[in-house]
Amino acid sequence: MATLIAKRLGLMLFTMVIVSLILFLLLDTNLAGDPAARVLGQFASADQKSLWLAQHGYNDPLMTRYFHWVSGFVQGDLGESNRYRAPVADILGPRLWNTAILGFWTFAIMIPLSLLFGILSGMCEGSKLDRTLSVISIVTTSVPEFASSVFFAAIFVFGLKWLPGTSGMAEGFDWVQMVLPVMVLVVYGFGYVARMTRASMAEVMTAQYIRTAILKGLPYKTVILRHALRNALIAPFTVIMLQINWLLSGVIVVEFFFAYKGFGALLLEASLNNDVALLEACAMVAVVVAVTTQTLADIGYTYLNPRIRFS
Amino acid sequence: MATATQTTITADSYGSAFMRGLKSFALLRESWVGMIGAAIILFWILVALLAPWLAPFEPNASIQPFARPGTVSAAGATFWLGTDHLGRDILSRIMWGTRTVLFYAPLATLVAYTVGILMGLAAGYRGGWIDDVLSRISDIILSFPVLVLYIIIIGVIGASGINIIIAITFASSPGIMRIVRGLVLDLRNRDYVAAAQTRGESDWRIMLVEILPNARGPLIVDACLRLGYVIITIGVLGFLGLGLPPPDPDWGGMVNETRHMAIAFPYMVLAPSFAISSLILGFNLLADGLREIAIRD
Repeated sequence: MATLIAKRLGLMLFTMVIVSLILFLLLDTNLAGDPAARVLGQFASADQKSLWLAQHGYNDPLMTRYFHWVSGFVQGDLGESNRYRAPVADILGPRLWNTAILGFWTFAIMIPLSLLFGILSGMCEGSKLDRTLSVISIVTTSVPEFASSVFFAAIFVFGLKWLPGTSGMAEGFDWVQMVLPVMVLVVYGFGYVARMTRASMAEVMTAQYIRTAILKGLPYKTVILRHALRNALIAPFTVIMLQINWLLSGVIVVEFFFAYKGFGALLLEASLNNDVALLEACAMVAVVVAVTTQTLADIGYTYLNPRIRFS
Repeated sequence: MATATQTTITADSYGSAFMRGLKSFALLRESWVGMIGAAIILFWILVALLAPWLAPFEPNASIQPFARPGTVSAAGATFWLGTDHLGRDILSRIMWGTRTVLFYAPLATLVAYTVGILMGLAAGYRGGWIDDVLSRISDIILSFPVLVLYIIIIGVIGASGINIIIAITFASSPGIMRIVRGLVLDLRNRDYVAAAQTRGESDWRIMLVEILPNARGPLIVDACLRLGYVIITIGVLGFLGLGLPPPDPDWGGMVNETRHMAIAFPYMVLAPSFAISSLILGFNLLADGLREIAIRD
């Protein structure tokens, strides 16, 4: 177990280093276009560009600049955003917090809901509930987040006029404005997690030890709660952890649509405005979050599944 | 005797590849879910092919801004779905937009598959350091949240049709490679592969002629699902303003251009959203039907 954790952590670190190198090469060097032109616009004169490059230390050797950037990143100095004219860390902090709130509510609603439906329909394969769930999950995973945002907005904002159409939170936190973004994310993720839970539950229900437990006369409730669930929930655990990676994509669309001031909208803004330092920081944060949750999912899976742990 | 039978079987199966393709398509009749999916896709393909004749207006022509659905134009034709803020007929734009999405999505999927399959074959069959390097690279690419990856790639290389194909290939070939690699690892120990090796066939011939055709089942199902994802991706990129440059119609872009007016003119964003959702639903249903058939056989 200890070697596995050490191995996974090593791999995580390796991935992050490679990703940081790629991001740096792509965004901060002239490998893919002149960074000065990206910031100053394509009509800047050659003098302006070389002056800007010199001012921002672009004439130093590549590796020096990379190490400077990475060491700054590790210490929390993320550079200066050239659009907001402020340190990136100051902008990123509150935005990340807002997205964390959004993500928290999405998971707090999606996980119990999809586990419940997945387990119930996995318990009796082919039942009415099971078929309903499979139809619902195909439909919800077919509707892209921006389209479901449009549909929900059409129903609850334009039609019923129950909810506000934007979630800018201009006057402080307002839970009414959270409803639509959370709803869109829950609906998109629900189908997938429920389907995975269902598949896992259905597989466990056909196992020999479940039949034995039923045949030896244990109450059905005990069979489900003590025997089936413990094994059926191992796979959904990984799926849920990996959903965080998906959520990082989903929040970009949803925050953009509802003008929610979160991390995803910031990343997109940074890209559209060629705000290199901000984009690098956002991308790095996204990858760190994604890789960390993947590592945790792997370690957790091994911990939960004794067949892997002891082999 | 045995040799003779074997030759006839081979000749037969190669000769009727087209017929076998038709036959497996006819199998789809057994799954009504798959049939519905196929019907939806067929509908949109017809719309795309017949767009020049079906569309009542020029897709980029500015005729009459903010016309409600059903308004009759000065020339006498009806704006069935209304017009957008620039006075372009939404129905015509959706019809022409079908061409955009049904051109770029399959093309991007095809390119991604070609790259992914070659990578997967090489990694699975050759193994060794090639496998290590390719697997490590795909681990790194797959560790990115997908949309973040697209935003960075498009941000660096710019938004255009070819660049969207490049970005999709870059982001999805690692996933395809993993699937192919897994299938190859299972198939490469089969007797017919050993026989081909004994005959002295080259590695690439074995990979492409002996192994790949036998891995097609799961790959076809995955391709269907992936095509759905690629349509989502193209739509989302358009929606985020990173898609195909205007003015040519693109469903995601149509939502992006008019979403600020959605509160007063919801029909402008509703129509393209319905269009894209139904097309993706078609591919997902088809994939589900195919999987059902594959499991049964």
